[in-house]
Amino acid sequence: MTSTAELAEDATRQILTSLGAAERGVVVDSPPGAGKSTLVVRAAAGLAESGEPVMVIAQTNEQVDDLTDRLASAHPDLAVGRLAAGGYLPAPRLAGHEKVTVATKAADLEQCAVVLGTAHKWATVSGDLRWPWAIVDEAYQMRSDLLLRVAERFDRALFVGDPGQLDPFSTVDTDRWAGLTWDPMQSAVAVLLRHNPDIAVRTLPVSWRLPASAAPAVSEAFYPFTGFTAATGAGDRRLELLARPLGRNGLDQAVDMAAGAGWALCELPARHTVRTDREAVLACAALAERFLQRGAMSYSEQAVAGVPVTASRIAVGTAHRDQAQAVRQVLAGSGLREVVVDTANRLQGREFDIMVMLHPLSGRRDATAFHLEAGRLCVLASRHRHACVVVARAGIPELLDAHPSTEPVYLNQPVRFPDGWEANQSFLAHLSQFTVRLP
Amino acid sequence: MSTLISLARAVAVERELAQPIRTVRHVHLADRPLVFIPLAMAGEANAPLAAMLGDDPASARLLTVAEPRDRDQRFAFAAELAGIVLGYIENSHAPQLIVPNPAGVTFTRLLGRSTRFRRTSGEWAVPAGVPLLGRWLTFFSERYEHPASSLMVAMTGALTEHWATGQSPVEDLSLGAVLGWVDPPSGMSGAQAAAAAEDPVVCPPAGPATDPTFDNEVLEPRMLAIRTAGLTGDGRAYDRARQAFDEALATQLTPVWAMMWRAVDLLRRVPEAGHVRQRWTDDLDAVAWHAGHIGEGGPPQARRDGAVAAARRLANMERIQEMVAVQRAFDDPLVMAEYRMTGAAFAGEVVHAEPDRVDGSGRRRVLRPRVTLVTSDDVSEQISASELTSPARPSQKARVVSLTAAGDQCRVTVELKGGMGRSLTPVPGSVPAVGERVCYAMVSDSYQNPPALPAPEDTPWTHGGPPPQYTPADDEAREDWS
Repeated sequence: MTSTAELAEDATRQILTSLGAAERGVVVDSPPGAGKSTLVVRAAAGLAESGEPVMVIAQTNEQVDDLTDRLASAHPDLAVGRLAAGGYLPAPRLAGHEKVTVATKAADLEQCAVVLGTAHKWATVSGDLRWPWAIVDEAYQMRSDLLLRVAERFDRALFVGDPGQLDPFSTVDTDRWAGLTWDPMQSAVAVLLRHNPDIAVRTLPVSWRLPASAAPAVSEAFYPFTGFTAATGAGDRRLELLARPLGRNGLDQAVDMAAGAGWALCELPARHTVRTDREAVLACAALAERFLQRGAMSYSEQAVAGVPVTASRIAVGTAHRDQAQAVRQVLAGSGLREVVVDTANRLQGREFDIMVMLHPLSGRRDATAFHLEAGRLCVLASRHRHACVVVARAGIPELLDAHPSTEPVYLNQPVRFPDGWEANQSFLAHLSQFTVRLP
Repeated sequence: MSTLISLARAVAVERELAQPIRTVRHVHLADRPLVFIPLAMAGEANAPLAAMLGDDPASARLLTVAEPRDRDQRFAFAAELAGIVLGYIENSHAPQLIVPNPAGVTFTRLLGRSTRFRRTSGEWAVPAGVPLLGRWLTFFSERYEHPASSLMVAMTGALTEHWATGQSPVEDLSLGAVLGWVDPPSGMSGAQAAAAAEDPVVCPPAGPATDPTFDNEVLEPRMLAIRTAGLTGDGRAYDRARQAFDEALATQLTPVWAMMWRAVDLLRRVPEAGHVRQRWTDDLDAVAWHAGHIGEGGPPQARRDGAVAAARRLANMERIQEMVAVQRAFDDPLVMAEYRMTGAAFAGEVVHAEPDRVDGSGRRRVLRPRVTLVTSDDVSEQISASELTSPARPSQKARVVSLTAAGDQCRVTVELKGGMGRSLTPVPGSVPAVGERVCYAMVSDSYQNPPALPAPEDTPWTHGGPPPQYTPADDEAREDWS
């Protein structure tokens, strides 16, 4: 463990030193759970201490509160500003920090060394307020057109984000801009690098979240060129089930498999279904419930003596909102409202002990670009600290073979690697070793 | 595809007839729409071969190009087309362009792009009217992308928006097949009519691509005859060949022409949705604006958007898309049903009402009626935490105050705010009465301001810095690949 920790620390230190020499900025690619927030906090404090005010741009209020709390805890003497919208109620965890000021106008926070806010809030700031430095968190989730609205506020910037996550999306047809260097649908990082190719791109090499069972598979399927390793070794994380099952049905086998190997593929019989496939929805809910009923305990470097896995440490991830709603309803029927159920888009950046995912291609007749997207699968497969169970109808490999990518190729549009088709194949090949068939 | 539409498609298969999925028409139909059916030549990118168009079902105009690979003939076609289209726009106070399918829109857009930058003088001059035609065709095809606009309609899209067929979305791109499902001839089921429409002899494709067998066996010999007659200089042979060529193309276009007007009639029979009129007024404003822009000597639409223009257009389209989605749900119970199925809305009957309830806990006494309804919809936790709107009273906001499950049903009490007049007694009818069926949804059609964007000349360094001023160059019509 020492060596991976040193590796991570070296990389972080190099990034922080490189900021001083950067002409325009630095981009940091971070795999899932690689200490992105820690880097943001250290960079913000470092820049602020060297006398340069910093604006921090995150994507959601939750993320901003989280960063504010971390920054104020690590540096209690730093004057920190929390820029918020009109109806914002300060998060309870911010209340204890004396040097944190909350305001709705950026002008009221001018004495603060670091000001944090969501990108949407920053976009409403008017006047000629400017910061020498900006730190953009979750920059791959930020759309190019949003960056356009805030970019005039800073001179230099550190962009931090996970390139394997979902690309920004829109509900309208955006083909007309495909191939333009300023295509508003790209991520903030993509547009930045296309106009400023000299900006250095650095990577964080170690994932603190993913267990040793998951890091190689996720790295190979979704980060084939940069790669990363798990910070913990094979023996550092364990999931134990206190209660043994009475019978041995498929669900229990899947739960046992996931506890032992870190992965399980719960395979339902092949069938074309509507999006809210009842059997798959029930299986997702039942799996989450089963982990709780069987008294899952997690042992890790953070809790060597073990802690019970509570409902809020389990998540169910889906591709569509109606699927999430269907699972939520079943779980609410069992009184399990604490289990987090959401779509991949909304689970981005979050972390759980156990993840149950409904495979985006399960039961489908076709493989559209939406359902093939590598980022969607990557988000769902990289939220867990201990185990991930995938629920899917049989027949996905055949579906993939019948639907190779047929997306149009546009002039001047950079090719993205890995493509969803390849990532899906690689991930399924890995999962197939952990298959449990349900009747 | 929502579960409801999947179900409608399954029912369509079983009953062998398309199923209506909307109760009202969400697209406007002008009194005198211009039906435009373009055909392109196979193997040559976007080369016009023929077009049938007109705003009167009884008189179709047929335009043909004997040699689509000849640029001069192409622009002669464009000039002829300009005469008809520009005349129509000028004389019609409410112009609307209807093409058979989305590929027809693409053809129109590319035809607009290849003509709007042409010069009417100097080298490679084109007939007057051609660049103007290009600007209008571009205008119409850009409005097609606009979620609220009915200025340009692709007929297959308009039909499948209102009916679910029993075939795949790819097959839904074929006008003949869709029309077969929706309105089969007597004695035939929808499925049979759709299958019959697969025969290109009975039902020629609705373009722009033509049937390959027609190309090889009918078109090619007639094109050859024209070319031969042209080379030998035999005027009468040329005229004969040209007539045979036109007749051949008419056999392909006339059946489509009839189908287009049949589809217009079918759609007209569906009553128009409530918000369509307002959206059409916005469309006409856009037409007036564009005409004014041309009149003032403004430049043609740029080939591509700059960074700021692209961001502005995207923000606009997203805002309007959201607004239109809500308007459709408010206009149409079947659209609202899709919201109800995903837990974003619920509907039920009012069983108890306190219309005069006044809340005196604050500084000022305010009118806050409460109504209780019984619903068999699933009322999600998300919905009970949000502000709700009812299609019947859009200016009134509701919030769930209590929720009790009773078997398969749910008793929901909501507190109402706004839209009841200024006094402490509600205006009659502004509070739902006992026995009324009401629907509450987690959406609202309130206006959102467009986002603030930097001026184009202030484009930041992250997006390439300020772009040069846009003035169409002399060779603006040149493409990177031409």
